[in-house]
Amino acid sequence: MKLPNKSTTLEEAVAAIPQGATVLVGGFGVPGTPFTLLRELARQDQRELVLVKNDANEAGMGIDHLIAAGQVRKLIVTHLGLNANAIAAMNEGKIEVEFCAQGILAERIRAGGAGLGAILTDIGIDTELAKGKQVVEMEGRPMLVEPALRADVALVHATTADPFGNLAYAATARNFNPLMAMAAKQVIAETETLVPLGGLAADAVETPGAFVDQVVELSELSQEYGIVRR
Amino acid sequence: MSDARSRMVARAAREIAPGMVVNLGIGLPTKVVNYLPADFPVCLHSENGLTGIGPTLPHDKADRNLIDAGGAYVSTIPGSAFFDSAVSFALVRSGRLDLTLLGAFEIAQNGDLANWKIPGKFSPGAGGAIELAQKARRVVVMTTHCDRKGNPKLLEACTLPLTAKGRVARIYSDMAVVDVTPEGFALVELAEGVSLPELREATGAPIAIPAGDIPTF
Repeated sequence: MKLPNKSTTLEEAVAAIPQGATVLVGGFGVPGTPFTLLRELARQDQRELVLVKNDANEAGMGIDHLIAAGQVRKLIVTHLGLNANAIAAMNEGKIEVEFCAQGILAERIRAGGAGLGAILTDIGIDTELAKGKQVVEMEGRPMLVEPALRADVALVHATTADPFGNLAYAATARNFNPLMAMAAKQVIAETETLVPLGGLAADAVETPGAFVDQVVELSELSQEYGIVRR
Repeated sequence: MSDARSRMVARAAREIAPGMVVNLGIGLPTKVVNYLPADFPVCLHSENGLTGIGPTLPHDKADRNLIDAGGAYVSTIPGSAFFDSAVSFALVRSGRLDLTLLGAFEIAQNGDLANWKIPGKFSPGAGGAIELAQKARRVVVMTTHCDRKGNPKLLEACTLPLTAKGRVARIYSDMAVVDVTPEGFALVELAEGVSLPELREATGAPIAIPAGDIPTF
Protein backbone atom coordinates (compact mmCIF):
# COMPACT_ATOMS: atom_id res chain seq x y z
CA MET A 1 0.00 0.00 0.00
CA LYS A 2 1.14 3.55 -0.68
CA LEU A 3 -0.08 6.88 0.66
CA PRO A 4 -1.57 9.29 -1.90
CA ASN A 5 0.45 12.12 -3.41
CA LYS A 6 -1.00 15.60 -2.75
CA SER A 7 1.84 17.74 -4.00
CA THR A 8 0.73 20.37 -6.47
CA THR A 9 1.71 23.72 -7.94
CA LEU A 10 1.30 27.05 -6.19
CA GLU A 11 -1.11 28.33 -8.87
CA GLU A 12 -3.32 25.26 -8.75
CA ALA A 13 -3.50 25.12 -4.95
CA VAL A 14 -4.51 28.77 -4.56
CA ALA A 15 -6.96 28.59 -7.48
CA ALA A 16 -9.06 26.30 -5.27
CA ILE A 17 -9.83 29.26 -2.97
CA PRO A 18 -13.27 30.71 -3.83
CA GLN A 19 -14.35 34.35 -3.74
CA GLY A 20 -15.67 35.29 -0.31
CA ALA A 21 -13.87 32.41 1.39
CA THR A 22 -13.10 32.34 5.08
CA VAL A 23 -9.38 31.65 5.25
CA LEU A 24 -7.31 30.63 8.28
CA VAL A 25 -3.76 31.96 7.95
CA GLY A 26 -0.95 30.56 10.11
CA GLY A 27 1.84 32.59 11.64
CA PHE A 28 2.68 34.78 14.62
CA GLY A 29 4.73 37.68 13.31
CA VAL A 30 7.00 36.39 10.56
CA PRO A 31 7.57 32.80 11.78
CA GLY A 32 5.02 30.41 10.32
CA THR A 33 3.36 32.90 7.99
CA PRO A 34 2.70 31.30 4.55
CA PHE A 35 4.01 34.33 2.63
CA THR A 36 4.19 32.57 -0.74
CA LEU A 37 0.59 31.32 -0.62
CA LEU A 38 -0.51 34.83 0.41
CA ARG A 39 1.40 36.43 -2.50
CA GLU A 40 -0.30 34.06 -4.91
CA LEU A 41 -3.70 34.83 -3.34
CA ALA A 42 -2.97 38.52 -3.91
CA ARG A 43 -2.00 37.77 -7.54
CA GLN A 44 -5.13 35.70 -8.22
CA ASP A 45 -7.18 38.43 -6.54
CA GLN A 46 -9.97 36.48 -4.83
CA ARG A 47 -12.03 39.09 -3.00
CA GLU A 48 -14.48 39.56 -0.11
CA LEU A 49 -12.24 37.34 2.00
CA VAL A 50 -12.60 36.80 5.75
CA LEU A 51 -9.14 36.21 7.16
CA VAL A 52 -8.50 34.58 10.53
CA LYS A 53 -5.00 35.15 11.83
CA ASN A 54 -3.18 35.92 15.07
CA ASP A 55 -1.98 39.30 13.81
CA ALA A 56 -2.07 41.43 10.66
CA ASN A 57 1.66 41.06 9.92
CA GLU A 58 3.47 44.35 9.30
CA ALA A 59 2.93 46.96 6.59
CA GLY A 60 4.05 45.56 3.23
CA MET A 61 4.16 41.95 4.42
CA GLY A 62 1.91 38.90 4.41
CA ILE A 63 -1.81 39.64 4.68
CA ASP A 64 -1.10 43.36 4.37
CA HIS A 65 -0.89 42.83 0.58
CA LEU A 66 -4.47 41.51 0.62
CA ILE A 67 -5.73 44.34 2.84
CA ALA A 68 -4.01 46.96 0.66
CA ALA A 69 -5.55 45.46 -2.50
CA GLY A 70 -9.05 45.62 -1.01
CA GLN A 71 -9.47 41.82 -1.04
CA VAL A 72 -10.38 41.57 2.64
CA ARG A 73 -13.89 42.14 3.99
CA LYS A 74 -13.23 41.09 7.57
CA LEU A 75 -10.35 40.20 9.88
CA ILE A 76 -10.64 37.98 12.94
CA VAL A 77 -7.41 38.64 14.87
CA THR A 78 -5.97 38.93 18.37
CA HIS A 79 -4.15 42.19 17.65
CA LEU A 80 -2.91 44.27 14.74
CA GLY A 81 -0.68 46.73 16.55
CA LEU A 82 2.33 46.28 14.28
CA ASN A 83 0.46 47.14 11.07
CA ALA A 84 -0.49 50.81 10.79
CA ASN A 85 -2.18 50.13 7.41
CA ALA A 86 -4.51 47.58 8.98
CA ILE A 87 -5.36 49.94 11.84
CA ALA A 88 -6.10 52.71 9.32
CA ALA A 89 -8.28 50.38 7.20
CA MET A 90 -10.19 49.42 10.37
CA ASN A 91 -10.61 53.03 11.49
CA GLU A 92 -11.78 54.12 8.02
CA GLY A 93 -14.33 51.29 7.97
CA LYS A 94 -12.73 49.61 4.94
CA ILE A 95 -12.45 46.34 6.80
CA GLU A 96 -14.44 44.89 9.66
CA VAL A 97 -12.31 43.65 12.57
CA GLU A 98 -13.30 41.13 15.24
CA PHE A 99 -10.85 40.87 18.14
CA CYS A 100 -10.49 37.60 19.99
CA ALA A 101 -8.32 36.73 23.02
CA GLN A 102 -5.27 34.90 21.70
CA GLY A 103 -5.71 31.57 23.45
CA ILE A 104 -9.44 31.62 22.82
CA LEU A 105 -8.85 32.11 19.11
CA ALA A 106 -6.58 29.06 19.27
CA GLU A 107 -9.22 27.02 21.11
CA ARG A 108 -12.02 28.11 18.76
CA ILE A 109 -9.93 26.90 15.83
CA ARG A 110 -8.98 23.72 17.65
CA ALA A 111 -12.67 23.08 18.40
CA GLY A 112 -13.46 23.63 14.71
CA GLY A 113 -10.75 21.17 13.79
CA ALA A 114 -12.01 18.66 16.32
CA GLY A 115 -15.59 18.68 15.05
CA LEU A 116 -16.98 20.48 18.11
CA GLY A 117 -19.59 23.22 18.12
CA ALA A 118 -18.21 25.69 20.66
CA ILE A 119 -16.14 26.06 23.80
CA LEU A 120 -17.12 27.53 27.17
CA THR A 121 -14.76 29.96 28.88
CA ASP A 122 -14.72 32.75 31.43
CA ILE A 123 -11.93 34.56 29.56
CA GLY A 124 -12.95 38.14 28.88
CA ILE A 125 -16.22 37.82 30.77
CA ASP A 126 -15.55 41.11 32.63
CA THR A 127 -14.44 42.92 29.47
CA GLU A 128 -16.04 44.37 26.37
CA LEU A 129 -15.01 41.21 24.48
CA ALA A 130 -18.03 39.61 26.18
CA LYS A 131 -20.45 42.02 24.45
CA GLY A 132 -23.14 40.22 22.49
CA LYS A 133 -21.94 36.76 23.48
CA GLN A 134 -24.19 34.08 24.90
CA VAL A 135 -23.59 33.33 28.60
CA VAL A 136 -24.41 29.95 30.14
CA GLU A 137 -23.99 28.68 33.68
CA MET A 138 -21.62 25.76 34.15
CA GLU A 139 -21.16 24.28 37.62
CA GLY A 140 -22.47 27.50 39.11
CA ARG A 141 -20.17 29.82 37.18
CA PRO A 142 -21.08 32.02 34.20
CA MET A 143 -19.24 31.11 31.01
CA LEU A 144 -19.15 32.68 27.57
CA VAL A 145 -20.08 30.50 24.61
CA GLU A 146 -17.31 30.90 22.04
CA PRO A 147 -18.31 29.30 18.75
CA ALA A 148 -15.92 26.92 17.03
CA LEU A 149 -14.16 28.36 14.00
CA ARG A 150 -14.10 26.19 10.94
CA ALA A 151 -13.13 27.74 7.63
CA ASP A 152 -13.30 27.14 3.90
CA VAL A 153 -9.53 27.21 3.57
CA ALA A 154 -6.44 27.02 5.77
CA LEU A 155 -3.06 28.30 4.59
CA VAL A 156 -0.20 26.93 6.67
CA HIS A 157 3.58 27.02 6.54
CA ALA A 158 5.61 23.90 7.31
CA THR A 159 9.35 23.43 7.49
CA THR A 160 9.19 19.88 6.23
CA ALA A 161 6.44 17.94 4.52
CA ASP A 162 6.03 14.74 2.57
CA PRO A 163 3.77 14.31 -0.47
CA PHE A 164 0.94 12.89 1.65
CA GLY A 165 0.84 16.15 3.66
CA ASN A 166 2.46 15.03 6.88
CA LEU A 167 3.86 18.25 8.31
CA ALA A 168 6.57 19.36 10.73
CA TYR A 169 7.24 22.89 11.93
CA ALA A 170 10.24 24.83 13.23
CA ALA A 171 10.67 26.60 16.57
CA THR A 172 8.09 29.37 17.12
CA ALA A 173 6.83 28.96 13.54
CA ARG A 174 4.37 26.37 14.98
CA ASN A 175 2.02 28.83 16.67
CA PHE A 176 -1.42 28.57 14.98
CA ASN A 177 -0.31 26.32 12.08
CA PRO A 178 -1.00 22.85 13.52
CA LEU A 179 -4.42 24.01 14.80
CA MET A 180 -5.43 25.64 11.52
CA ALA A 181 -4.24 22.62 9.58
CA MET A 182 -7.13 20.68 11.14
CA ALA A 183 -9.87 23.28 10.82
CA ALA A 184 -10.74 23.86 7.16
CA LYS A 185 -12.43 22.12 4.25
CA GLN A 186 -9.39 22.80 2.08
CA VAL A 187 -6.03 22.71 3.85
CA ILE A 188 -3.12 24.01 1.79
CA ALA A 189 0.39 23.64 3.18
CA GLU A 190 3.47 25.33 1.78
CA THR A 191 6.73 23.69 2.80
CA GLU A 192 10.36 24.72 2.79
CA THR A 193 11.44 21.14 2.16
CA LEU A 194 9.48 18.35 0.51
CA VAL A 195 10.86 14.94 1.41
CA PRO A 196 9.80 11.61 -0.11
CA LEU A 197 7.27 9.43 1.73
CA GLY A 198 9.14 8.00 4.69
CA GLY A 199 11.52 10.95 4.76
CA LEU A 200 9.64 12.40 7.72
CA ALA A 201 9.76 9.88 10.56
CA ALA A 202 6.32 8.93 11.91
CA ASP A 203 7.40 10.22 15.34
CA ALA A 204 8.37 13.60 13.87
CA VAL A 205 5.00 14.26 12.21
CA GLU A 206 3.18 17.11 13.94
CA THR A 207 0.20 17.39 11.58
CA PRO A 208 -0.92 14.05 10.16
CA GLY A 209 -1.31 14.23 6.39
CA ALA A 210 -4.88 12.97 6.56
CA PHE A 211 -5.87 16.56 7.53
CA VAL A 212 -4.08 18.11 4.55
CA ASP A 213 -5.37 18.49 0.98
CA GLN A 214 -2.53 20.09 -0.96
CA VAL A 215 1.21 20.44 -0.50
CA VAL A 216 3.21 23.13 -2.29
CA GLU A 217 7.00 22.99 -2.19
CA LEU A 218 8.63 26.42 -2.06
CA SER A 219 11.25 26.86 -4.76
CA GLU A 220 12.83 29.71 -2.79
CA LEU A 221 12.24 31.72 0.36
CA SER A 222 11.43 35.33 -0.45
CA GLN A 223 12.75 38.29 1.52
CA GLU A 224 9.56 38.26 3.61
CA TYR A 225 10.66 35.08 5.41
CA GLY A 226 13.92 36.66 6.56
CA ILE A 227 15.03 38.54 9.63
CA VAL A 228 13.07 41.77 10.15
CA ARG A 229 15.49 44.62 10.81
CA ARG A 230 13.56 47.16 12.81
CA MET B 1 16.54 54.21 30.69
CA SER B 2 16.36 56.81 33.46
CA ASP B 3 17.86 55.96 36.83
CA ALA B 4 14.44 55.74 38.50
CA ARG B 5 13.21 53.35 35.82
CA SER B 6 16.29 51.16 36.11
CA ARG B 7 15.78 50.89 39.84
CA MET B 8 12.11 50.03 39.29
CA VAL B 9 13.07 47.24 36.90
CA ALA B 10 15.75 45.94 39.27
CA ARG B 11 13.29 46.02 42.17
CA ALA B 12 10.59 44.22 40.16
CA ALA B 13 13.09 41.49 39.27
CA ARG B 14 12.99 40.46 42.94
CA GLU B 15 9.37 39.34 42.39
CA ILE B 16 10.71 36.33 40.58
CA ALA B 17 11.34 33.43 42.94
CA PRO B 18 13.39 30.36 42.05
CA GLY B 19 11.35 27.67 40.31
CA MET B 20 8.60 29.93 38.98
CA VAL B 21 6.99 29.86 35.52
CA VAL B 22 6.83 33.53 34.49
CA ASN B 23 5.48 35.55 31.57
CA LEU B 24 7.00 38.99 31.05
CA GLY B 25 4.80 41.44 29.15
CA ILE B 26 6.07 43.23 26.06
CA GLY B 27 8.18 46.34 26.70
CA LEU B 28 9.63 47.28 30.08
CA PRO B 29 8.78 43.98 31.84
CA THR B 30 11.06 42.00 29.51
CA LYS B 31 13.97 44.06 30.88
CA VAL B 32 13.81 42.41 34.32
CA VAL B 33 15.78 39.41 32.98
CA ASN B 34 18.81 41.70 32.82
CA TYR B 35 18.70 41.84 36.62
CA LEU B 36 18.58 38.08 37.22
CA PRO B 37 21.79 36.06 37.64
CA ALA B 38 22.61 33.98 34.55
CA ASP B 39 22.11 30.72 36.45
CA PHE B 40 18.85 31.76 38.18
CA PRO B 41 16.39 28.82 38.07
CA VAL B 42 13.26 30.18 36.37
CA CYS B 43 11.12 29.16 33.38
CA LEU B 44 10.18 32.12 31.18
CA HIS B 45 7.11 31.63 28.97
CA SER B 46 6.34 33.36 25.68
CA GLU B 47 2.78 33.35 24.29
CA ASN B 48 3.86 32.38 20.78
CA GLY B 49 4.95 28.95 21.98
CA LEU B 50 8.17 28.82 23.95
CA THR B 51 9.21 27.95 27.49
CA GLY B 52 12.82 28.51 28.46
CA ILE B 53 13.53 31.83 26.75
CA GLY B 54 17.24 32.39 26.15
CA PRO B 55 19.11 35.65 25.54
CA THR B 56 18.11 38.05 22.77
CA LEU B 57 20.35 37.73 19.71
CA PRO B 58 21.70 40.34 17.28
CA HIS B 59 20.32 40.15 13.72
CA ASP B 60 23.38 38.39 12.31
CA LYS B 61 23.06 35.58 14.87
CA ALA B 62 19.25 35.36 14.89
CA ASP B 63 17.11 32.37 13.85
CA ARG B 64 14.30 33.67 11.59
CA ASN B 65 11.92 31.12 13.16
CA LEU B 66 12.65 31.98 16.78
CA ILE B 67 11.06 35.09 18.26
CA ASP B 68 9.30 36.01 21.48
CA ALA B 69 5.76 37.39 21.57
CA GLY B 70 7.12 40.91 21.17
CA GLY B 71 8.97 39.99 17.99
CA ALA B 72 12.46 40.04 19.52
CA TYR B 73 14.88 37.44 18.19
CA VAL B 74 15.53 35.25 21.21
CA SER B 75 17.30 31.93 21.71
CA THR B 76 16.81 28.64 23.49
CA ILE B 77 18.58 27.33 26.59
CA PRO B 78 19.10 23.70 27.61
CA GLY B 79 15.60 22.35 28.30
CA SER B 80 13.62 24.85 26.20
CA ALA B 81 10.39 23.64 24.58
CA PHE B 82 8.31 24.76 21.58
CA PHE B 83 4.54 24.24 21.32
CA ASP B 84 1.50 25.58 19.51
CA SER B 85 -0.74 28.47 20.57
CA ALA B 86 -3.40 26.24 22.16
CA VAL B 87 -0.82 24.57 24.40
CA SER B 88 0.69 27.95 25.19
CA PHE B 89 -2.55 29.32 26.59
CA ALA B 90 -3.55 26.04 28.20
CA LEU B 91 -0.50 26.67 30.36
CA VAL B 92 -1.72 30.20 31.16
CA ARG B 93 -5.36 29.36 31.88
CA SER B 94 -4.81 26.17 33.86
CA GLY B 95 -2.89 27.80 36.71
CA ARG B 96 0.61 26.73 35.67
CA LEU B 97 1.73 30.33 35.20
CA ASP B 98 2.97 31.54 38.59
CA LEU B 99 3.52 35.18 37.72
CA THR B 100 3.00 37.73 35.00
CA LEU B 101 4.50 41.22 34.88
CA LEU B 102 2.42 43.54 32.72
CA GLY B 103 2.35 47.16 31.65
CA ALA B 104 -0.67 49.36 32.41
CA PHE B 105 -2.61 52.43 31.33
CA GLU B 106 -4.67 52.44 34.53
CA ILE B 107 -4.87 50.40 37.75
CA ALA B 108 -7.79 50.79 40.13
CA GLN B 109 -7.61 50.51 43.91
CA ASN B 110 -9.59 47.24 43.70
CA GLY B 111 -7.00 45.69 41.37
CA ASP B 112 -8.79 46.31 38.07
CA LEU B 113 -6.38 46.64 35.15
CA ALA B 114 -6.76 48.54 31.87
CA ASN B 115 -3.92 48.09 29.42
CA TRP B 116 -5.24 47.30 25.97
CA LYS B 117 -7.48 50.00 24.58
CA ILE B 118 -7.96 53.76 24.55
CA PRO B 119 -11.26 54.24 22.72
CA GLY B 120 -10.87 56.41 19.65
CA LYS B 121 -7.07 56.56 19.97
CA PHE B 122 -5.49 53.16 20.45
CA SER B 123 -7.29 49.95 19.66
CA PRO B 124 -4.87 47.34 18.37
CA GLY B 125 -6.45 44.36 20.17
CA ALA B 126 -5.38 42.69 23.39
CA GLY B 127 -3.41 39.74 22.03
CA GLY B 128 -2.90 37.43 25.01
CA ALA B 129 -3.11 40.12 27.71
CA ILE B 130 -6.62 39.28 28.88
CA GLU B 131 -5.75 35.65 29.57
CA LEU B 132 -2.47 36.56 31.26
CA ALA B 133 -4.16 39.14 33.49
CA GLN B 134 -7.17 36.96 34.26
CA LYS B 135 -5.41 33.65 34.90
CA ALA B 136 -1.80 34.08 36.05
CA ARG B 137 -1.57 33.10 39.72
CA ARG B 138 -0.03 36.46 40.55
CA VAL B 139 -0.41 39.60 38.44
CA VAL B 140 2.07 42.39 38.94
CA VAL B 141 2.16 45.67 37.06
CA MET B 142 5.26 47.60 36.08
CA THR B 143 4.62 51.15 34.96
CA THR B 144 5.52 54.77 35.28
CA HIS B 145 3.48 56.20 38.15
CA CYS B 146 1.91 58.83 35.86
CA ASP B 147 1.21 58.91 32.13
CA ARG B 148 3.13 61.17 29.70
CA LYS B 149 0.86 64.10 30.48
CA GLY B 150 1.50 63.67 34.20
CA ASN B 151 -1.92 62.18 35.00
CA PRO B 152 -2.00 59.49 37.70
CA LYS B 153 -2.33 55.90 36.52
CA LEU B 154 -3.32 54.60 39.97
CA LEU B 155 -6.98 55.51 40.31
CA GLU B 156 -10.09 54.92 42.41
CA ALA B 157 -11.71 53.34 39.35
CA CYS B 158 -10.52 52.66 35.80
CA THR B 159 -11.99 54.86 33.08
CA LEU B 160 -10.69 52.75 30.14
CA PRO B 161 -12.00 49.35 28.99
CA LEU B 162 -10.81 46.67 31.41
CA THR B 163 -8.34 43.92 30.68
CA ALA B 164 -9.22 42.06 33.88
CA LYS B 165 -11.15 42.76 37.04
CA GLY B 166 -9.56 42.78 40.49
CA ARG B 167 -6.44 40.83 39.52
CA VAL B 168 -3.51 43.20 40.15
CA ALA B 169 -1.68 42.32 43.37
CA ARG B 170 1.21 44.77 43.28
CA ILE B 171 2.50 47.75 41.29
CA TYR B 172 6.14 48.62 40.67
CA SER B 173 6.44 52.21 39.52
CA ASP B 174 9.26 54.71 39.17
CA MET B 175 8.01 56.29 42.43
CA ALA B 176 6.96 53.41 44.65
CA VAL B 177 6.11 49.79 45.27
CA VAL B 178 2.38 49.68 46.01
CA ASP B 179 0.27 46.70 47.08
CA VAL B 180 -3.39 46.33 46.20
CA THR B 181 -5.15 45.24 49.40
CA PRO B 182 -8.83 44.67 50.24
CA GLU B 183 -8.70 48.22 51.69
CA GLY B 184 -7.13 49.75 48.57
CA PHE B 185 -3.60 50.89 47.71
CA ALA B 186 -0.91 50.44 50.38
CA LEU B 187 2.62 51.80 50.10
CA VAL B 188 5.35 49.18 50.47
CA GLU B 189 8.51 51.05 49.41
CA LEU B 190 9.38 54.49 48.09
CA ALA B 191 11.86 55.20 45.30
CA GLU B 192 14.90 57.09 46.57
CA GLY B 193 14.34 60.83 46.43
CA VAL B 194 10.53 60.65 46.34
CA SER B 195 8.65 62.23 49.24
CA LEU B 196 5.28 61.15 50.61
CA PRO B 197 3.54 64.39 49.52
CA GLU B 198 4.94 63.88 45.98
CA LEU B 199 3.65 60.30 45.93
CA ARG B 200 0.19 61.34 47.19
CA GLU B 201 0.06 64.11 44.57
CA ALA B 202 0.87 61.60 41.82
CA THR B 203 -1.61 58.95 42.98
CA GLY B 204 -5.27 59.25 41.99
CA ALA B 205 -6.66 57.35 44.99
CA PRO B 206 -6.02 57.13 48.73
CA ILE B 207 -2.86 55.26 49.63
CA ALA B 208 -2.19 53.74 53.05
CA ILE B 209 1.23 54.57 54.49
CA PRO B 210 2.92 52.04 56.78
CA ALA B 211 3.92 53.12 60.27
CA GLY B 212 7.62 53.74 60.95
CA ASP B 213 10.48 54.00 58.49
CA ILE B 214 9.52 53.44 54.89
CA PRO B 215 12.02 51.28 52.99
CA THR B 216 13.45 52.74 49.77
CA PHE B 217 14.70 51.22 46.52
